[in-house]
Amino acid sequence: MTGTTSRAPRPAADSALELPRYLRESDDRRTPVAYAGYRSTALRAPLRTPVDLPQRLTEVTGPVLGEDRVTAADADLTLRMGGEAQGQRINVFGRVLDSDGRPVPDTLVEVWQANAAGRYRHVGDNWPAPLDPHFDGLGRVMTDSLGRYEFTTIQPGAYPWGNHHNAWRPAHIHFSLFGRAFTQRLVTQMYFPGDPLFWQDPIFNAIPPSARHRAIATFDLDRTQDNWALAFHWDIVLRGTDQTPFETDDDGDVA
Amino acid sequence: MTAHQIDHLSPQVRNANETNDRRPGTPRRGSGFLDEPFQLGLTPSATVGPYLSIGLTWADGPHAVAEGTEGAIWLRGRVFDGNGDLVPDAMIETWQADPDGRFDHPDAPQGERRYPGFRGFGRSHTVEPAGEYGILTLKPGRVDDGKGGLQAPHVDVSVFARGLLDRVVTRIYFADEADANAEDDVLAALPDDASRRTLIARPSDDGYVLDIHLQGDDETVFFAV
Ligand SMILES: [Fe+3]
Repeated sequence: MTGTTSRAPRPAADSALELPRYLRESDDRRTPVAYAGYRSTALRAPLRTPVDLPQRLTEVTGPVLGEDRVTAADADLTLRMGGEAQGQRINVFGRVLDSDGRPVPDTLVEVWQANAAGRYRHVGDNWPAPLDPHFDGLGRVMTDSLGRYEFTTIQPGAYPWGNHHNAWRPAHIHFSLFGRAFTQRLVTQMYFPGDPLFWQDPIFNAIPPSARHRAIATFDLDRTQDNWALAFHWDIVLRGTDQTPFETDDDGDVA
Repeated sequence: MTAHQIDHLSPQVRNANETNDRRPGTPRRGSGFLDEPFQLGLTPSATVGPYLSIGLTWADGPHAVAEGTEGAIWLRGRVFDGNGDLVPDAMIETWQADPDGRFDHPDAPQGERRYPGFRGFGRSHTVEPAGEYGILTLKPGRVDDGKGGLQAPHVDVSVFARGLLDRVVTRIYFADEADANAEDDVLAALPDDASRRTLIARPSDDGYVLDIHLQGDDETVFFAV
């Protein structure tokens, strides 16, 4: 278990607990649970309005999954089962931050993806693209003390998925993050810049237009490795805390 | 669409245009001053898709407490869609206090923790048996409600699946905690007993059972956190 905090420790008293409060982004900036163009949402996305849950101890704490779950080899998806994966080698790197701009250190990042041909190593994926004996599509890394992460993989391929006629998912890598609180849990997908498939993909287009660019990595020439790998930069921003909910002594005149 | 639109959280900046940006006292674009705390835009969520088990499977995932721990219980249930069909490709994650109501976390009150091997976090896919989740854990204790009272024992639950573009959040309460449940203000704030019943697990042979209905007449109460 790791437990580095990016903040001063909280008071230990059970009474008068001073808990962080995690900001919620407005609905017009978050991905909705349901989206008409994504057919599977029709019978699965709840139809009733969710009930507001106050943020208390259960919500402002969360699992701290540590180094013991990750080995160095988990950060290189191109070397599996005794050989090298086919495809364009890439480094994917960035920082995990909260919306206050603070790094989220020592937090587990789980990723999974299709191979270079757009095929997942999964019993449910049977579209006729080849599996790669040296690619399983699973990566795990911990952020460092500055919230940085990096892994090496191959550029995933696009794949058809039957949602509508000639539907193709833009190339993407699935990401799962915990942050340090139940409220911060995030599962998302990272896309690649300039993908010609964005316009027809309901999973991408379910993201409000003002937030879509945050799901797209940036090509970074400086981080490419000569004669080895291209590089893509993607920072991930989790919900931050309200800085001032309990500070009532100050009249707010800071000028 | 331009490749990189700049997001302005401040309505005074965002909504500024030729007709309103010269009102006296209105922060001017380019004035160099922020009129609200600086916030980074959040990374938008996306569905886990159908192949989540590649990335999100741990051998010990369902074990919020180590196997063989005295007093361990199974939380089980099935997940149903709007047709009443089992959802065979969902994932449930649980997070909860230990039996003393404590969390191993820097923001929680510190104190003695008497349950070695208790992780508080469980993760279960609904693949086998189809549509069913199972989490091995200890029954949580009551947790401070922040207002001088106690919440009823509860487990926070996230549900992920293909067809959900974001996780949905619910809670598991326990049918044999009727007195505590009656005092719980989250349960009390729900509109009726039918809503409350969707959150209350009933005792079973090896723990408790609660089905999750994503839609339908008995749609589970989901929470915005
Ligand atoms: Fe995918």
